[in-house]
Amino acid sequence: MAPTPQWLRRRTVKPEPAGDVLWEICRSCGERLYKKDLAEKLWVCPRCGYHFRLHALDRIALLADGDFQELAALLATGDPLQWSDRMPYAEKIAGDRKKSGLLEAIVVGLCRIDGVRVGLGVMDFFFRGGTMGSVVGEKVTLLIEEAARQRLPVVLVTASGGARMEEGVIALMQLAKTTAAVERFSELGLPLITVLTDPTTGGVSASFGFQGDIIIAEAGAAIGFAGRRVIDQTIRQKLPEGFQSAEFLLEHGQVDMVVRRSELKGVLGKVLRFLAAQAVPA
Amino acid sequence: MNVIIELEKPLLELEAKIADLKKLNETQRVDFSEEIAALEDKARQLKQEIFGNLTPWQRVHLARHPRRPLALDYISALSGFTELHGDRLYRDDPAIVAGYAYLGDLPIFVIGEQKGRDTKDNLYRNFGMPHPEGYRKAQRIMRLAEKFHRPLVTFIDTPGAYPGIGAEERGQSEAIASALKVAAGLRTPIVVNVIGEGGSGGALAIGIGDHIIMLQHAIYSVASPEAAASILWRDAGRAEEAAQRLRLTSDELFEFGIIDEIVPEPLGGAHRDPERIIADTLGATRRALERLVRLAPEELVDRRYEKFRRIGSHVELAHDSAAR
Repeated sequence: MAPTPQWLRRRTVKPEPAGDVLWEICRSCGERLYKKDLAEKLWVCPRCGYHFRLHALDRIALLADGDFQELAALLATGDPLQWSDRMPYAEKIAGDRKKSGLLEAIVVGLCRIDGVRVGLGVMDFFFRGGTMGSVVGEKVTLLIEEAARQRLPVVLVTASGGARMEEGVIALMQLAKTTAAVERFSELGLPLITVLTDPTTGGVSASFGFQGDIIIAEAGAAIGFAGRRVIDQTIRQKLPEGFQSAEFLLEHGQVDMVVRRSELKGVLGKVLRFLAAQAVPA
Repeated sequence: MNVIIELEKPLLELEAKIADLKKLNETQRVDFSEEIAALEDKARQLKQEIFGNLTPWQRVHLARHPRRPLALDYISALSGFTELHGDRLYRDDPAIVAGYAYLGDLPIFVIGEQKGRDTKDNLYRNFGMPHPEGYRKAQRIMRLAEKFHRPLVTFIDTPGAYPGIGAEERGQSEAIASALKVAAGLRTPIVVNVIGEGGSGGALAIGIGDHIIMLQHAIYSVASPEAAASILWRDAGRAEEAAQRLRLTSDELFEFGIIDEIVPEPLGGAHRDPERIIADTLGATRRALERLVRLAPEELVDRRYEKFRRIGSHVELAHDSAAR
């Protein structure tokens, strides 16, 4: 990867390295990979092409040209249900913060992608499975509202298990809140491009994930409404080969294109330039 | 097995006894009125004991009671209901009923999630779990309501959208996401009634509106307790615990500002006096619509935006060192 950009150096917290410090095992082909090499290859297995899940900050570094102006960086959940199960929700959140180096499951801000100014939101599966609670809903809404004010296109990169159970119905209502923001934004004639990455399910796929004007799926990503486990338990029959993969969705007409990580920035740039040419009157 | 059916058994037996005694009283010479009064007293007491302090899990079962009024019971109580079928794309989904009717003299469009009354009916209705085509039919009806300047009234009663192979192949996510989007921008009043089970995105897909009414013993939640337990702890068997934690009762939702109005139910649940509950719910819907139809479409949509915009609970931290 390119040298650390300035915006990333400004962040004081780095994610704690998980597992082995030096080596990573490919989940798909089992190849033992040297982490430093893997990072340079954008976390794509050089042997089989498996796309590892990406931290939000790595994704931003991959997509943004230079600076990234983060918005609402310090928002944290108010724990509306005062939830506690095996441990208090607040403690789970503290663990997620350590693991991801983030305060919540999404990072939003303004930047350029291949020269085009955009509002960019990137979810992080390493934070509570990328689930959407109050903070994710609020940050997505704030990003869309800010982009609307500045007449900028919005790119949302999703990675999420859905709505966050620990925030109950308040989490469910974030689907409605973000949808209202997308609808208003859409009325302005501005483009929303969503990039669905591994995995994108539940309340996030059933709201802004599938509300994009153009929907891009990252190669190999698992995408669907219901999780595999839920479907298994409900219908108790063998699921078809490749069920809910990005390629399966393309075949079934659910996404516009499947893009490999190494080509994502270029593809986004092209789509944005085409759409933004009309969307941004001087 | 529905836990409420077990709970209410002694009460139903007692009530049957009272009914028998009343019949005897009319036909026989002996006067049973004292015995009847005593038994009625006992029944009242028993009802209070059983239903006075239900746990969240018991309330989940009350919301799923097999005799609870279903969407079509409300819709049939409107005048001149005409059912409209199909999504024009794939098929008609019986888990969602839709059409137009009159609420008093007010012409409205209606959409309801429909469970079955018995096993056969439930297989036909897919237990009230819609497929994508159901949500696409709902979108069609929403657009008709907007085009013809008729208010839209919805009835929520589903454990959730159907998780199956066909549903995924045909884009369950997209169908729900688009239904949400159409409702968010719909330039006509929408009144939502949560009458039984409001489970997850499958419920919310017809749940965006200007006035949200909920029956006292209905439930509304991010996922059914079974699904939540399975997601949280990989154990659907812990549904009772999930029900407790999810805060899915009408009084809690009112406190959170998610719903606008609660329709009280008789002690023991809506099925003990369905006619009254249906009349009260439609009455509340009517009152809300009378107010909403006076607003200009732009104002309606703006207010709807603000209504959902403010839902959430977050704080601003002083520094990101909290992530350490």
